[in-house]
Amino acid sequence: MKPFTVHRGRVAPLDRVNVDTDQIIPKQFLKRIERTGFGQFLFYDWRFGADGKKNADFVLDQARYAGASILVAGKNFGCGSSREHAVWALTDFGFRAVISSSFADIFANNSTKNGFLTVRLGDHEIAEIMKRAIESSNYELTIDLEQCEVRDDQGLRAKFPIDEFVRQCLLNGLDDIGLTLQHESEIADYEARHPLPATLGLVNR
Amino acid sequence: MPANRTLFEKIWDAHLVAQPAGRSPILYIDLHLLHEVTSPQAFDGLRAASRKVRQPARSIATVDHNIPTEPRGTPITDLIAAKQISALQANCKEFGIRLFDMDSPDQGIVHVIGPELGLTQPGMTIVCGDSHTSTHGAFGALAFGIGTSEVEHVLATQCLAQQKPKTMKIDVRGRLPEGVTAKDLALGIIGQIGTDGATGHVIEYAGEAVRSLSMEGRMTLCNMSIEAGARAGMVAPDEATFAYVKRKRFAPRDAEWEKAVEYWRSLPSDSAAGFDKVVEMDAAQLSPFVTWGTNPGMVAPVTGRVPEPNGMKDSDRRAFELALQYMGLEPGKRIEDIGIDRVFIGSCTNSRIEDLRAAARVAKGHRVNANVRAMVVPGSQRVKKAAEQEGLHRIFLDAGFEWRESGCSMCLGMNPDILQPGERCASTSNRNFEGRQGRGGRTHLVSPMMAAAAAIAGHFTDIRNWKFQ
Repeated sequence: MKPFTVHRGRVAPLDRVNVDTDQIIPKQFLKRIERTGFGQFLFYDWRFGADGKKNADFVLDQARYAGASILVAGKNFGCGSSREHAVWALTDFGFRAVISSSFADIFANNSTKNGFLTVRLGDHEIAEIMKRAIESSNYELTIDLEQCEVRDDQGLRAKFPIDEFVRQCLLNGLDDIGLTLQHESEIADYEARHPLPATLGLVNR
Repeated sequence: MPANRTLFEKIWDAHLVAQPAGRSPILYIDLHLLHEVTSPQAFDGLRAASRKVRQPARSIATVDHNIPTEPRGTPITDLIAAKQISALQANCKEFGIRLFDMDSPDQGIVHVIGPELGLTQPGMTIVCGDSHTSTHGAFGALAFGIGTSEVEHVLATQCLAQQKPKTMKIDVRGRLPEGVTAKDLALGIIGQIGTDGATGHVIEYAGEAVRSLSMEGRMTLCNMSIEAGARAGMVAPDEATFAYVKRKRFAPRDAEWEKAVEYWRSLPSDSAAGFDKVVEMDAAQLSPFVTWGTNPGMVAPVTGRVPEPNGMKDSDRRAFELALQYMGLEPGKRIEDIGIDRVFIGSCTNSRIEDLRAAARVAKGHRVNANVRAMVVPGSQRVKKAAEQEGLHRIFLDAGFEWRESGCSMCLGMNPDILQPGERCASTSNRNFEGRQGRGGRTHLVSPMMAAAAAIAGHFTDIRNWKFQ
């Protein structure tokens, strides 16, 4: 996993609440069996008309937000389906982080497994960042995971909360399967105390 | 152990493998359900790291999300879908995982077959790469949806590193009125607490209205927990639970059964156990509900109207306006005046035998409106067979409904069952998000009885006034 330490990048404002994972990556693109190549389908139904032509008004396709790597959006971002494809689409498109006042649980979990940061700030700070991203040209933010802080060049500074274990995994790009496997003896002990149910053992493959 | 624990806390504590300092607790997973859409990249990950599946017998797979609901044996014309299905077949073979394939009599929606095969049992931890895994909480199990990286984690370790969620009790007093179902209860709850009302929490549903639900009703209720943002939803196991599980194919037998029931009886929350949040509701206040917007919290009684935006906060007002624009509706429109083009009866929320019985009871002796195309998609092959033995398929076919093969179908439209742009659908599924059932499609979530009645009337109608034949 790609570590996340300090990142500075252009901010794209997506001024909507309850952005669900069906919007982030519509279902017709979930049939791929790879982890890659989902960026082209990000927010597909909002970015492209029914005729397949690009909707130039959509925020990600406005020249001023080209190359944005930080998304700011309204509350409850990533709700709905558990599809990790949503995170793969965001990262493949070039995003490193999304800022919102709240995130759906499964989306937030999926993000941490992909070196993608979900930054939780207060409503007031979200509104201010949204405003600056809309009003200033080339509005950039620095997201500092070492200090748990977001800052811009106009004096904005805001701390964000994050679970310490998740932070360490992101800072160091740790493989959490490897970390769990460090507890092999405890898992084996648990399994010795809780053997496989007899009915599940009747595998007739 | 603390003296007073909730159902959730008892299951959590019983599955703790390790609590490493400064890290998330490691939880053992009893049952892992797999399907074709969220698993291929997980198996690739295992191969890339030269890892094995730790407990292949604790993983069970089926195909449900992208398969057609045409008669089995019809070739799958969507080549990418076919490739995804063959990837699951190959992965299950390579790693020794039991697969209920397209042609199996046990195939079905993963959250329908788990319970009907007796795989789902009280006190278990159950995960699946699907958000509606919360369904299995109906049995007093801790069941939650995970992403593909976590699917890989469970395959490799049979464990998950998880932060402990908070607890929420939803206490529903009294009994549900006639015509008000578990689906309406779920929609009523989400309408009240919002689509993020339970984020970070595991819900325990309690109270007389919940206790008096059948197991299938409890599954419908727990299924929709994720639509309120919850990590999981649960109902304490009781005699109804044990009776449902008993003698199912994978249920414990003989002495093991007695031992299991004794343990299951110890699971309900202790009377003095505390919850982080408590919500109280009165069942008598609930009605048959219809969603009017683009998330499951945008809901109104069937006798009500699309709301007016007066007094809404700016961000809510904007979401409201976008939703109505997408749905092609005006504030103040009467719900019963909304005409429909399509009806979908199915999905992991409402495709079990009791759902089909309820819909058939409404449809019996009537005809689907000439302007409506209506389909019934049983949740599993077993549900389909049971319905056919009872003659329910005859009632549906005589009334003009399509009777199809089992799968997720138009709940998410990954297969050919989709809405056309602008089509309006009364659906027994769980999400009315933009484009969920097909690009430009407009979804209204309802109960199976309300969906069947809408199919016949051509518009939403109050099931409490229905002329049953």
